[in-house]
Amino acid sequence: MNPGKTEQLKTENKNGEMTYILAWAMLVALTAITVGVYTLHLGTAGVAIALVIASLKAGVILLFFMHLRQESRFLQSVFLLPVFLLGAIIGLTFIDVWYR
Amino acid sequence: MNESGIQPGFYAAPGSRTGIFSWIFSTDHKRIGLLYLFSIFSFFAVGVCFGLLMRLELIAPGRTIVGPSTYNAFFTLHGVIMIFLFVIPGIPVSLGNFFMPLQIGARDVAFPRINLLSWWFYITGGLLALLSLFTGHGPPDTGWTFYAPYSIRTGTNVVLAVSAAFVLGMSSILTGLNFITTIHRMRAPGMTWFRMPLFVWSVYATAWVQILATPILGITLLLVIIERLFGVGFFDPAKGGDPILYQHLFWTYSHPAVYIMILPAMGVVTEIIPVFSRRTVFGYKAIAFSSMAIASVGYFVWGHHMFTSGMSDVARVVFSFITFIVAIPSGVKVFNWVASMYKGSIRVDAPLLFVLAFIFLFSIGGLTGLILGALATNIQVHGTYFVVGHFHYVIFGGAVFAFFGGLHYWFPKITGRMYNEKRARLAWLFLFIGFNALYFPMFILGWEGMPRRYYDYLPKFQPLNVVSTVGSWIVATGLILLFANLLRSARKGAAAGPNPWGGTTLEWQTSSPPPHENFGEIPVITQGPYIYNPSKGKGHGTA
Repeated sequence: MNPGKTEQLKTENKNGEMTYILAWAMLVALTAITVGVYTLHLGTAGVAIALVIASLKAGVILLFFMHLRQESRFLQSVFLLPVFLLGAIIGLTFIDVWYR
Repeated sequence: MNESGIQPGFYAAPGSRTGIFSWIFSTDHKRIGLLYLFSIFSFFAVGVCFGLLMRLELIAPGRTIVGPSTYNAFFTLHGVIMIFLFVIPGIPVSLGNFFMPLQIGARDVAFPRINLLSWWFYITGGLLALLSLFTGHGPPDTGWTFYAPYSIRTGTNVVLAVSAAFVLGMSSILTGLNFITTIHRMRAPGMTWFRMPLFVWSVYATAWVQILATPILGITLLLVIIERLFGVGFFDPAKGGDPILYQHLFWTYSHPAVYIMILPAMGVVTEIIPVFSRRTVFGYKAIAFSSMAIASVGYFVWGHHMFTSGMSDVARVVFSFITFIVAIPSGVKVFNWVASMYKGSIRVDAPLLFVLAFIFLFSIGGLTGLILGALATNIQVHGTYFVVGHFHYVIFGGAVFAFFGGLHYWFPKITGRMYNEKRARLAWLFLFIGFNALYFPMFILGWEGMPRRYYDYLPKFQPLNVVSTVGSWIVATGLILLFANLLRSARKGAAAGPNPWGGTTLEWQTSSPPPHENFGEIPVITQGPYIYNPSKGKGHGTA
């Protein structure tokens, strides 16, 4: 491997470590917020907030730890497919639950 | 080369293992395809036996050969085995495993070891299902749908049967993952998306359904196990659960599963028609996209299984409407198949006979599906033999007839030998007549109000039940003829040569049976499949 390439990889790894630490800190912060919101006893709104925070945490894991950020547009859109599907399935189920 | 002039091909693959171990530990996609083929047809034979016993019991009202509890176990096991062990794995794991890599010009699938692992999961799931018959407090009696709250409350061996379906689901997911990766990553140079054979398109669409829908079944069955073992109230209203939620979750998987069964069968049909009509496929892209459309829309129609469950009126209307949309891509396929044959130079051999039967029977199955998809008529026939007739016309008349067509079509490639054409046609005739005698009376019985899954019935229903039971014997005769012919021909048939049908896709451009790793050199593709115009060369023109 040429010296220039090795140097570039070292820089990328260093940046990568920093990114992982920041992503981890973000997950810890979001967990703290979830716990904090639970103590406020907000009822249904609390559940909604918890779900939004959980989705954000899943997004952080996917983007940084599972490297979705660095993947091609195609793979990123493939990831969106099950998200859309899950949304549609839950939506259709709730058409029943809400109007029953 | 043996005394018949047939190359041993992949049957003589190099390796340290011999005998059965060279099969059950092989990572060659062709060997795994054949492993699956023998496994699924072994389970099919068991499922057929349960079906015959059910029909025999129903030949007359009252007790004929077994009591009500045993009858409940019969229809549960018939359903579980036929659905989870035969028709869902069915064509993709056997013919798909064998031919998809050949048709895209690959040496194997992307993950050969995962391919083998999926077969082991399949066998484990099958053994667990069989074990559930003989352990615990008797075989499960819930029907293959495991509906809550009965599946939570019954004392029979539901946990083991449900665990079996869970493991089988893992096998299905791994196969889907493998096939999608293979089709994306391992196509031969020049094999663009729209130069792929349409069987590959259908396997591709199926694989997406396998990956995205099966986990929903897995988690649902897991919830049933947790509720049974730990008393958590997910589905049982007595514990605060919602039984309709179970039906939603179950059918969110199990309706797309119908497309796992039928889409690959449509792919087989699309391969056979151009070869036996000597014409290119009419509307290649329309057929390819209709596979993806069926797979996509198929996710959103599950509610039509639940019109009488107590679901909301709004949901019933929405699901009924979406159900009708599925008829559009299905209709596109049927019209394109017929148009592909128009003005063709048609050769009516056994594979095409099975395909023609498929189009006829699947059309009846599809059109009766519209009666079930419409809210008002659904209420009349829900839970009756009409549903049983409809389902068997789609799955047996559709998926299984196409499977048999594919078996005959690709038999020379798999074995290097030809099957006996006259016996194959005779078997087809028995199957076609027997099938209609067995299942058509069910439409009338259902319309007249005979409920399904009941052990007994009113005396007025007996004549049609007798016709149906006699039909089951004719079908059984046809099946024996079909498999006896294929097994005998595998050993004694005449040498087939590499391309006995004059096929144009890549599997016909290698020897029969194909060598280990399929091709001496990976072909370079210069045009699409199904080209029978002599001025343009034939089929997948290779450089």
